[in-house]
Amino acid sequence: MWGDTSIKLGNMFGAVAGFLGVLLLLFYLAGFARGRLSRRLAILLLLGPAVLLLLVGIVVPAVRTIYLSLFNEDSTKFLGAGNYTWAFGDSDIHQVLLNTLLWIVIAPILTTALGLVLALLVDRLRGQAVYKSLIFMPMAISFVGASIIWKFVYDYRDPSQPQIGLLSQICIWLGWHNPPNWILSHPLNNFLLMIIMIWVQTGFAMVVLSAAIKAIPEDVTEAAVLDGAQGWRLFANVTIPMIRSTIIVVLTTVMITTLKLFDIIRTMTGGNFGTQVLANEMYNQAFTEFNNGRAGALAVLLFLAVVPLVAYNVRMLRKEREVR
Amino acid sequence: MALLTRTERERSEPARSAPARTGVRRALSSPLSSAVVLLVTVVWTVPTLGLLVTSLRPQQDVAQTGWWDFFAHPHLTLANYHDVLFNGGFGVSDGLMPYLVNSIAITVPATLFPIAIAAMAAYVLAWIPFKGSDTIFFVFFALQVVPLQMALVPLLQLFSGGAHIGGVTVFPAVGMGGTYAPVWIAHTMFALPLAVFLLHNFIAQLPRDLIEAARVDGASHFRVFRSVVLPLATPALASFAIFQFLWVWNDLLVGLTFTGGAPESAPMPSRLAQLSGSFGDHWEILTAGAFVSVVIPLIVFFSLQRYFVRGLLAGSVKG
Repeated sequence: MWGDTSIKLGNMFGAVAGFLGVLLLLFYLAGFARGRLSRRLAILLLLGPAVLLLLVGIVVPAVRTIYLSLFNEDSTKFLGAGNYTWAFGDSDIHQVLLNTLLWIVIAPILTTALGLVLALLVDRLRGQAVYKSLIFMPMAISFVGASIIWKFVYDYRDPSQPQIGLLSQICIWLGWHNPPNWILSHPLNNFLLMIIMIWVQTGFAMVVLSAAIKAIPEDVTEAAVLDGAQGWRLFANVTIPMIRSTIIVVLTTVMITTLKLFDIIRTMTGGNFGTQVLANEMYNQAFTEFNNGRAGALAVLLFLAVVPLVAYNVRMLRKEREVR
Repeated sequence: MALLTRTERERSEPARSAPARTGVRRALSSPLSSAVVLLVTVVWTVPTLGLLVTSLRPQQDVAQTGWWDFFAHPHLTLANYHDVLFNGGFGVSDGLMPYLVNSIAITVPATLFPIAIAAMAAYVLAWIPFKGSDTIFFVFFALQVVPLQMALVPLLQLFSGGAHIGGVTVFPAVGMGGTYAPVWIAHTMFALPLAVFLLHNFIAQLPRDLIEAARVDGASHFRVFRSVVLPLATPALASFAIFQFLWVWNDLLVGLTFTGGAPESAPMPSRLAQLSGSFGDHWEILTAGAFVSVVIPLIVFFSLQRYFVRGLLAGSVKG
């Protein structure tokens, strides 16, 4: 095994050294060029690799995915919009689309709301750095790791036996002696999976919103306080409007992450028990069913859903920067 | 990037804005609000604690009692870690160790390559204007919108079968199966739009005098890039490096797709996702495996928290 390991790490170092070596050599040789040629070489050698990689890696494949989505599973027969009518007509996919819709509405709203409450509360506490770190910590953990952590919390044992899942145990302590098998209970399981996403993303929302609240100009709040605004009214009429655009950016950012959600579903249920979502169904169509047409159509739907969110997100960011 | 500017500002002027918040803050200042924050912090921490505790308990204890029982009957063992790393016990002779090595061997180049290539491109776009450079920058920027899923199938076909147009081979099939190359390349490609965008924002703001002085002294663009731009851009490079490192380390989709989950080249998350499906009852093994995979990000997080938060905020729309 150690031999295997050293070969693998050797490959890694070889690739890094080779990459840097080629770059240095090109830089060295191109350094001899003078005048106009030098400028052209600089543009070609420095910008060329990025342009080439993006063309081959994203532009061409994306166009090809759209093309493939018009054909059957092995791309031999033209179907027109067939895969799209399948996506909107198939009852299994209805469940998938409904779940995806539930996810992108509920998870971002709860994440942002909780993040906002924490942002307002946490800064006044002694030891706020500790609280902030601990709440932000799940951001460092992979969705796969987070899923395993929560799968253990949701673990089911027959109520007559000692419990090992924390959630069931808490229910029993609180007097509910017959908790369900959480992951199998539809539609509850969808919400239990959403908790994982909220757990991961709340720290992000809290940190961004807390920074936005701190950036509200002093004079604005002072003027409002002089005018008699206090407590809830100050919060609802001054704080919230002042950080409105940041709230929207946080909402759309979490929404984009949620829309592309794949890891949690794959690790927790594999898409079974009525928990399937768009991105995971796309993966299944491509790599389990080997239907490139349907996978392509689902990818295009995902793309179309993401575009307005990103466009809106970017516009808000730009507007914010202009204001400043 | 506006998010970034905000965090910067927060750090540089914490005192000035403090009195401004007192109104809202005072209104919410009560034992109740402390209790809320404390409760959320506990709920946010306990599941991870449960994972750590379980991974350190003997197998029999894990199977028979909840992990909270540990505090009444503390028995510690490292056997689970030894089992999950070296013995496997899942019908695989080597356990998780090969996947851990794969994760390292994938993550280091997949972090370094995009940073180098993006920094080069960002320098050209910021400091060598030419006809069409604005358009190229805009296209790079716009490509952030495209979800990974749009490129997955065709890119995999390209790696395994080459590219053909009307029977003419444009790009030959290369034997990369079972190697890391497809994952490295895919991660590099998918990282570029965001990396170029972020690094461009930073590199474009470097002092003009410095770069022009070097040019006047006769330094070529390559020299300026290497000895002026790269050293000055280190903070931006570091923030992005941390973000990309964690993104690749935690990634499941790209790793799974471009390695097929094979032990020769697949990273840890793809194996863990598989184990979670088929060996969900062996919690002592599964928790130890998961902890091995989350411990490195957690170390990075707690030691480089400031860069970490900045990098993550900047990259939060990636994907």
